[in-house]
Amino acid sequence: MWDNTMTIMMLEGIRDTIYMTVISTFFGYLIGLPIGIALTLTDKNGLRPNKAVYGVLDIIINITRSVPFLILLIVVMPLTKLIVGKSYGSTATIVPLTLAAAPFIGRMVESSLKEVNKGVIEAAVSMGAKTSTIVLKVLIGEARTSLIVGVTIVLGTVLGYSAMAGVVGGGGLGDIAIRYGYYRYNTPVMLVTLVFIVIIVQLMQYIGTFISKKTDHRNNH
Amino acid sequence: MNDNYITLNSISKRYSAGNGAVEALKSVSLTIPKNEIFGVIGLSGAGKSTLVRCINLLERPDSGEVIIDGENLLNLSDEKLRLRRQKIGMIFQHFNLLEQQTVLNNVCFPLEIRGIPKKERRKKALELLQKVGLAEKADAYPSQLSGGQKQRVAIARVLANEPDILLCDEATSALDPETTKTILGLLKSIHDTMGITVIIITHEMKVIQEICTSVAVLENGEVQETGTVSEIFAHPKSKAAKRLLLLEEEEEEENVG
Repeated sequence: MWDNTMTIMMLEGIRDTIYMTVISTFFGYLIGLPIGIALTLTDKNGLRPNKAVYGVLDIIINITRSVPFLILLIVVMPLTKLIVGKSYGSTATIVPLTLAAAPFIGRMVESSLKEVNKGVIEAAVSMGAKTSTIVLKVLIGEARTSLIVGVTIVLGTVLGYSAMAGVVGGGGLGDIAIRYGYYRYNTPVMLVTLVFIVIIVQLMQYIGTFISKKTDHRNNH
Repeated sequence: MNDNYITLNSISKRYSAGNGAVEALKSVSLTIPKNEIFGVIGLSGAGKSTLVRCINLLERPDSGEVIIDGENLLNLSDEKLRLRRQKIGMIFQHFNLLEQQTVLNNVCFPLEIRGIPKKERRKKALELLQKVGLAEKADAYPSQLSGGQKQRVAIARVLANEPDILLCDEATSALDPETTKTILGLLKSIHDTMGITVIIITHEMKVIQEICTSVAVLENGEVQETGTVSEIFAHPKSKAAKRLLLLEEEEEEENVG
């Protein structure tokens, strides 16, 4: 029941899962980070209050976040085909994963940046800093611990979504779990994939926590 | 020109708060001469923080004029105001240092904002840290410092741009009396050596007495009285000034008894 091909399949599954998760999170941040910054700046207590911009971004995020991932996966298939050339496999799954991650990341970034002490931002304004400098040096610089914790949470969430994509042949460990474990009643395979998923999440969590603690200078340690 | 270096011309500021508007400043007018150490005293809620924040337009008054050296700041474009602010330093009650940066980087920050090359700004920052007696803490983080040390870092930071005006918003209110004295001493020596116009916002008469030459008494968003410190201490005319002096006496009696 367990042979060499199975081992290779598992290893490929792990590779594909990590590939999808990391690349989607990266692209997600390319979209989500600017959104989070824009939300923070245009908020009514932000540096560039703008009700219209904030309102539009807020609504877009709320709508996209309330679409269940499985539905999003199917809805964006034409787009996925357009970008990747096919609608199944791990590379194709990156498209819906990125789209699902981006608004979530936008919110995470917004909440991290809003934790930054208003007084420090005000001090930078009083020094005559440009808004871009304040964003980079004060908002992102001071919130970095929280932002790193955010990346860890996003990675975990995206990994969970990626497993869901297995239902439509999305590749990775989730795909294996569904094909072997669910469709073919191969419980051991399902359990093994589950163990691997848990280990990957744990590792990411561990590394994320380690880095965020390392870079935090707010307390004596 | 020197006698009205800073002129606040009937500035008003309201905040909408819950079920109504709060009038933080009601048509306040003040003139502050160049090179003065000018105090603004009032109890909490008197509007003094709003007043000082109107000088560098961290708060924009709803009406009135803020004239510094003949220039109405309210007419400046965003970009011009940004550059003007680089010469108006401000220190705060809670220091507002970058917590994730070393002491040295904190002092470098205003120089970085002005685009000074890295080597030069490090050199200047170290000099300033020496000046405030914290050179050995250059590589420490703010969380490793005491309140007084943090404020000294903030002072070094504010001096990096060689400001012509220094605004102090309750700068000693979070410090113990001993540390307050040393910080005020530092501010005084900076004023004497660099010729900066200093504006000090406080609720403590002691601070005014220690360092200021003139003072404005603020209550309910209005200036009740202005004059030299010796005048107001000897012959307070307004009720607000008398009240503040009385509070001070009571406190002293408590300390003695």
